[in-house]
Amino acid sequence: MMRVPPSALLGLLVTAVFFGGAILAPWISPYSYDATVGGVWEPATAAHWLGTDGIGRDVLSRMIWGGQITIWVATAATLLSFVTGSVLGFTAAVAGGWVDQALSRFVDLVMSVPSLIFALVVLSVMPVTLPVLILVMGLLDATRVFRLARAVAVDITVMDYVEAARLRGEGWGWIIFREILPNALSPLVAEMGLRFIFMVLFISTLSFLGLGVQPPLADWGGIVKENKDGIVYGIPAALYPAVAIATLAISVNLVADWILNRTTSLKGGRGA
Amino acid sequence: MHPLLKMVVQRVALGCLLLIAASVAIFAGTEVLPGDVAASVLGQSATPQALANLRAEMGLDEPATTRYFAWLLGALHGDLGTALSNKQDIAAAMGQRLGNTLFLASCAAAIAVPLSILLGLIAVRYRGRWPDRLISGVTLATVSVPEFLLGYIVIFALAVKYRLFPSVATIYAGMSLGEKLQVIALPVIVLVLVVLGHMMRMTRAAILNVMQSPYIETAELKGLRPFAIIARHAFPNAIAPVVNVVMINLAYLVVGVVVVEVVFVYPGMGQYLVDHVAKRDVPVVQACGLVFAAVYIGFNLLADILSILANPRLRHPR
Repeated sequence: MMRVPPSALLGLLVTAVFFGGAILAPWISPYSYDATVGGVWEPATAAHWLGTDGIGRDVLSRMIWGGQITIWVATAATLLSFVTGSVLGFTAAVAGGWVDQALSRFVDLVMSVPSLIFALVVLSVMPVTLPVLILVMGLLDATRVFRLARAVAVDITVMDYVEAARLRGEGWGWIIFREILPNALSPLVAEMGLRFIFMVLFISTLSFLGLGVQPPLADWGGIVKENKDGIVYGIPAALYPAVAIATLAISVNLVADWILNRTTSLKGGRGA
Repeated sequence: MHPLLKMVVQRVALGCLLLIAASVAIFAGTEVLPGDVAASVLGQSATPQALANLRAEMGLDEPATTRYFAWLLGALHGDLGTALSNKQDIAAAMGQRLGNTLFLASCAAAIAVPLSILLGLIAVRYRGRWPDRLISGVTLATVSVPEFLLGYIVIFALAVKYRLFPSVATIYAGMSLGEKLQVIALPVIVLVLVVLGHMMRMTRAAILNVMQSPYIETAELKGLRPFAIIARHAFPNAIAPVVNVVMINLAYLVVGVVVVEVVFVYPGMGQYLVDHVAKRDVPVVQACGLVFAAVYIGFNLLADILSILANPRLRHPR
């Protein structure tokens, strides 16, 4: 029986609530995300739990729908980043030689520019649509996953069982997916949590700058952008996304910490 | 040649190479789409004549490599081209803004660096007890919130509720230093919060790492007080990693500035960049990207060199 520490359990629970909310958004949000249902910037009431926004839309509904977009985009970008990054990273480690050199130098090239700046440069010529955003974010982030995956895989490729598989004459596909992947999974999964949070922050930042999700759709960053003018009048609508993002970030971090600790203790390390 | 000098020269050469790589990446980043820049600048309703004019103006009939080298050579001579949207010289428009951005960033750094090292030391001294937990908890919260939200929380608390500082950081040439500092107080607070968490955590980890060395145990056994051990034995040996941490976070600060400037409507590089991304003004975006990349690579290079210089083992080679 696996013992889950209370902090990780709390993290899992809250994360599950967020994902559940994202999936069930059409059923649990009290109003439609783009329907004008009240006055301008009404305070919180029984009908509108978080009040209404600058053009009379229900903030709670927009938060739930916004959560759906934020989480969906972040998940898709994380998956893209992981599949690309880890396959390329493993390939570099297994193949070695010029393949490794070429891939590693290419990643150095992309990482020489901060990723937000690079994303802005690319988005200045690309149309800003959801698939483009996911592609840009995922591929830029894949460079970080590549470095981790390559580092982990380089340690594994020198193991005896990999050598044995090579001597048996197994192909690269077998070595990568049957020998390396299962052994590299735990550090990668722990990293996945952190990359997911990074993606949430990334898409929120882009949307806040007006270069992410376009109105009338809005993710959490977009909700801040729409409601920022209210802040000067003491209307807190723009601050709710902060609460959502911080809660999600902290709970995913708790889970990732636990996974990381579990793997180090499995390997006889000093994990708690 | 002294081996230390050789290492430094190597790093500088590597930094230059990386900067050239960054310029390639930025230039290529605007060439990735199937059509060309002119089509995406003008949108779908563009007439063929307008497209042809813009292509001629931007020199798009030339092959990409020719344009890249022309652009790079110009940038090396301080000529960053002209903006598409208002035909202004980019280098001239950028000068003042770059100064503003560096002013903002260096004010933030002047507060964040000593503060985070001090907090790191305190956290190590009281490791596992409430001061450590409090510092770690607060910094975990600040790194979990994106910069722009931190900005609005600070505005909400300090500019709207208590009216301590203005919520918009308008800065212009004729202001005295005192006025400027008053105006940029809020963005500085946000930037400090943004980097403080990372910097403090990494400082704490670096010093804790040193604390596990045998000579620290010796110092403990000879009866030194905990703070004396940290200040006299642990910290000097942790300088190299800490310097590295500081520089990496300063590089990060340069990126954080982009968002914070937009929040506070501060006339700096970040706002210039974001405005022109929305206008699809590609030459400006490329120029800004290059400047940001140069600063970023510069700080990373400085981190490398300083940590070589701060490492006693490398300073006194046998």
